[in-house]
Amino acid sequence: MTDHIETDVVIIGAGPVGLFAVFELGLLDIKCHLIDILPKVGGQCAELYPEKPIYDIPGFPMVTGQGLVDNLMAQIEPFHPTFHLNEMVESLESIGTPEAPLFRVKTSENGTTFTCKAVIIAAGGGSFQPKKPPIENIEAYEGTGVYYAVRKMEMFRNKKVLIVGGGDSALDWTVNLQPIAKRLTLLHRRDAFRAAPHTVEKMRSLVASGEMDLHLGQVTSLKGEEPVLEGAVIRKDDGSEFTVDCDVMLPFFGLTMKLGPIADWGLNLHENLIPVDTEKFETNVPGIFAIGDINTYPGKLKLILSGFHEGALAAQKVHRYVYPEKKLLFQYTTSSTSLQKKLGVAA
Amino acid sequence: MGVIHVTDRAGQRHTLEAIEGWRVMEIIRDWGLPIEGLCGGACECATCHVFVAEEWLGRLYPPTEEEEDQLDTVMTQPNSRLSCQILWTPELDGLEVTLAPTGA
Ligand SMILES: Cc1cc2nc3c(=O)[nH]c(=O)nc-3n(C[C@H](O)[C@H](O)[C@H](O)COP(=O)(O)OP(=O)(O)OC[C@H]3O[C@@H](n4cnc5c(N)ncnc54)[C@H](O)[C@@H]3O)c2cc1C
Ligand code: FES
Repeated sequence: MTDHIETDVVIIGAGPVGLFAVFELGLLDIKCHLIDILPKVGGQCAELYPEKPIYDIPGFPMVTGQGLVDNLMAQIEPFHPTFHLNEMVESLESIGTPEAPLFRVKTSENGTTFTCKAVIIAAGGGSFQPKKPPIENIEAYEGTGVYYAVRKMEMFRNKKVLIVGGGDSALDWTVNLQPIAKRLTLLHRRDAFRAAPHTVEKMRSLVASGEMDLHLGQVTSLKGEEPVLEGAVIRKDDGSEFTVDCDVMLPFFGLTMKLGPIADWGLNLHENLIPVDTEKFETNVPGIFAIGDINTYPGKLKLILSGFHEGALAAQKVHRYVYPEKKLLFQYTTSSTSLQKKLGVAA
Repeated sequence: MGVIHVTDRAGQRHTLEAIEGWRVMEIIRDWGLPIEGLCGGACECATCHVFVAEEWLGRLYPPTEEEEDQLDTVMTQPNSRLSCQILWTPELDGLEVTLAPTGA
């Protein structure tokens, strides 16, 4: 069954720029839903550099990636946006007119459909997707013997499982799948792991007691008549090779950013970026806006600061689509009682 | 001034002029060879992965723990390095690297 949601605005991407757009829209009484393929909000800040300091956010001499995201979430709290995480926006269709835009947005995972008056694409560097190891023919086994995520553990019961990687996902799934797998092998390029110490310890004790195997090396090729996987050829640092028998391989190499389905939405694209005007950050389709790292215009700087500014300007034009009858008054949060009421801070 | 030699994914070797203090990733990117460098050299993406010619390996600073962690996210060989973590100095005149394959 697919859910259907009607709202003013759908924001594609819950990175810092998408999050701040909620605030700018909220001040203008515009409701929104945010969609992100990641299981958490924050985009690049939360995924790529949560602990690194950022020095160029106005008013914050220093804030970490995650710290900024936490503050943005606190700032938009009064507007109660709804988040749809772990969902990829697959399609965006215009079903209105240029004067009165209306859109249908669909996501993949559990197929939510949205109808809205404006869409803000805040998709940054694109959607985060699993990194695929460059192994010849790997595609031939995807979905039958090669998986980049575990959706149902039961699928791996009594299978010979090869997990590749040395981070949290690799180690977590190693200890979780070991009890149900016929035999589990973990392969990593070196004998150091970037995962929670107790999980690493658990893995090491399973290896010590002979309940699973650990190998150091890299997969060079896959064996088995496509699409049935039978084994993986592994090369060690000294150049020697051997084969591990396996029915499934789970490579966990982290995430990378890919433009994804955005390319199919009928928008103008320039080198994988969406051209916009600098007055309202609207695309070539009226009612579809693009803000943050995903857009391009003369003088564009890929900075969080710029994305915030773009969101504020886009919100002004979105207001016209959502409330065609209402005139928009310019107000400051410092002095406007009505804005302060919306923020829940007025007496 | 000096040069670096870069073999691209099609096997073609290019000789690029190098500037002291620039990252090898930046030199490769600025000459227009297909290196992604998604994170701009912050050691966060591993899209600047290269294989360094054997005879040069020992002449580079060894990888930091941070670089090793990023290298875990790609398919490496013993001569794998992240080119954004190699600062070019005149001692590296003639450095020989090959662009690593990218994922799908
Ligand atoms: C290591 C590093 C350091 C940085 N340091 C700074 C700095 O000091 N100062 C600064 O200003 N900037 C810095 N940046 C850049 C900054 O992170 C970006 O400018 C910022 O994240 C852009 O925000 P965004 O919201 O536009 O996009 P992103 O943060 O990229 O978020 C986009 C979100 O959209 C989602 N998405 C995309 N397509 C879809 C789809 N079809 N369906 C569902 N979800 C989708 C993605 O999964 C992602 O979560 C740095 C970047 C990196 C990598
Ligand atoms: S450019 Fe991202 S790790 Fe080198």
